[in-house]
Amino acid sequence: MFDAHRRLGGKLIEFGGWEMPVQYTSITDEHLAVRNAAGIFDISHMGEVVVEGPAALDFLNYVLTNDVRKLQVGEGQYTLMCNEDGGVIDDLYLYRLGDSDFLLIINASRIDDDFAWLQKQHAAFPARGAMMLGNASDKFAAVAVQGPKVVEFIAKVFPGPSQAGTKVQQVIDLKKNHAGAWDFQGTRVWVARTGYTGEDGFEVVAPASAIESLWNKLLEAGRDSGVKPAGLGARDTLRTEVCYPLYGHELDEHTTPLEAGVGFFVALDKGDFIGRAALAKQKASGTSKKLIAFKMFGKAAPPRPHYPIWTAVEGGSQLGEVVSGTQSPSLGIGIGLGYVPPEFAAPDKELAIEIRGRRFPATIVKKPIYRK
Amino acid sequence: MANIPSDLKYAKSHEWVRVAGDTATIGITDHAQHELTDVVFVELPEAGKQLKAAEACAVVESVKTASDIYSPVGGQITEVNKALTENPALVNTDPYGEGWFFKIKLSNPGDLSNLLGPDQYKAHIGD
Repeated sequence: MFDAHRRLGGKLIEFGGWEMPVQYTSITDEHLAVRNAAGIFDISHMGEVVVEGPAALDFLNYVLTNDVRKLQVGEGQYTLMCNEDGGVIDDLYLYRLGDSDFLLIINASRIDDDFAWLQKQHAAFPARGAMMLGNASDKFAAVAVQGPKVVEFIAKVFPGPSQAGTKVQQVIDLKKNHAGAWDFQGTRVWVARTGYTGEDGFEVVAPASAIESLWNKLLEAGRDSGVKPAGLGARDTLRTEVCYPLYGHELDEHTTPLEAGVGFFVALDKGDFIGRAALAKQKASGTSKKLIAFKMFGKAAPPRPHYPIWTAVEGGSQLGEVVSGTQSPSLGIGIGLGYVPPEFAAPDKELAIEIRGRRFPATIVKKPIYRK
Repeated sequence: MANIPSDLKYAKSHEWVRVAGDTATIGITDHAQHELTDVVFVELPEAGKQLKAAEACAVVESVKTASDIYSPVGGQITEVNKALTENPALVNTDPYGEGWFFKIKLSNPGDLSNLLGPDQYKAHIGD
C-alpha cells in the first residue's frame, strides 16, 4: 500500500511500526468528505488474532468483557480485554466467523501486548487443548470505507450474495455489526458493516496481497460518489467528534471501562471473566474519575491531549486532563474528551481548559459531541 | 512548487520579512502554510512587546498540531493582524498578504543580514 499512498500524495508518519498516511490533501477536506460523501482509510496497521476450536467461545467469554454467547455466525461486537484490576488492556472488535471460528481486530499499538496476554491466558485455561490461538496480523490487511454515499458503490466491488458468515443477497443488506465473506479477484475477504467514524460504512479484512487492488477498486468504484482517500488525522477528528475511545487516550491499563463510559459493553452477569470482581465492586461503590466530553466557547486555540482541566472559577482547582482534543472540522469549534471527578461530570457544567498557561472556558456536553 | 516572492527575506524556520524603512512585517511562507494545511487558530503577541531575533513569539495551530513562530528580527511590535483572530484561514489563502502576523520596529537592522534571500530559502526547502 506504500506506493498507493505515495502516489496519492500521502504524508506518512511512523505509527506502531508501520508508515501510515496522516493526510493526503487536508484533514479538514478528508473529514468533511467522510461526513458528506465517502472516504477510504487504509487500516492495515490494525492487528488480527484468530481463535478457533470447541473451547474458543468459552475462552473468549473469559478474557473479554462483552457476552460472546450473544453472537450469531457472522455477527461482531465491540468489547474490551481487561486485567484483574479491571484496567483495559485493549478495546477491540470480535467477529464470529463460524460456530467455533473467531476473529479479533485489535489496535496496532497493542498487538504484541494483547497477543502475549492471550497466550498467557490460553496456557492457564483448563480446556486449552480444545482451541488454538494465532496472531495473523502480518497475514491480513484492512481498509475502511465510510460515509453516507458508500452504499452507492460498495456493491460494485462486492457483488451478489455473501459466501459465508451472515447470509445476505447483497452487501448493502448487511446490518450494523454483521459481516459476510465475498470473493474478490479469487480471494476470500470479509466485509463488515462497522466503522470508527460515526457514519454508515464498511470495513474489509483481506489477505495482505489483495489490499492494494482492493483499495484501487474501491477508489475507482466510488469516484462518481466523490470518495476521497482519508488518513489517520481525519480518522482521529471523526472519532473524537462522536466520542469513540482511542486506546492510549481514553483507555489504558489504569482505566476501567466504567470510568471510560463504556460499561454497556461489560456483561457483569454473564459469568466469570478476568476483571469481573474489580468491575462489580467499582460499579457498586462508584468510580474516582469519569470521562466527559466538552466544547470550547468562542475563539480559542484547540484543546489537545494533556492540557489541564480546571474548575471555571477564579483560582480554581485542577480537575483532571484532556485525553483527546482537536478543532472539530464539522462544528468549527474546539472539542475534546477528558477525565474529571464524577461529581463534576454533569452536562452543562462549566470548565476551564488551560492552553499555554492561560485558561479558556468550555462546557461539558452529552456524548456524542457531533450528531447528524 | 512553493511561492517565494523575490522582494522578501526568509528565516530557516519559514517566516518571511518585508522591510519598509525601519519597520518589518512578518508572516509565514507559502511552504509553511502548505505543510500545516488548515490553520484553525493563531495566537499573536501583544503590541508593544520587545522581541529578540529568533525568539518564539506566536503560535499557529492546525487541526493536528501547534507550531511556534519565531521572530526573524529583534525590535518592538507595533501592530498585530487582528484579522487572523476572526479568520485564521487567511494564513493559508494569502500567506504573504492578508495572512501577515505582526509588524515590528527594527532595533538592529543588522539582523536582516542573518536572513536568507529567496534563492537560499528555495534551496533550504529543497524545491
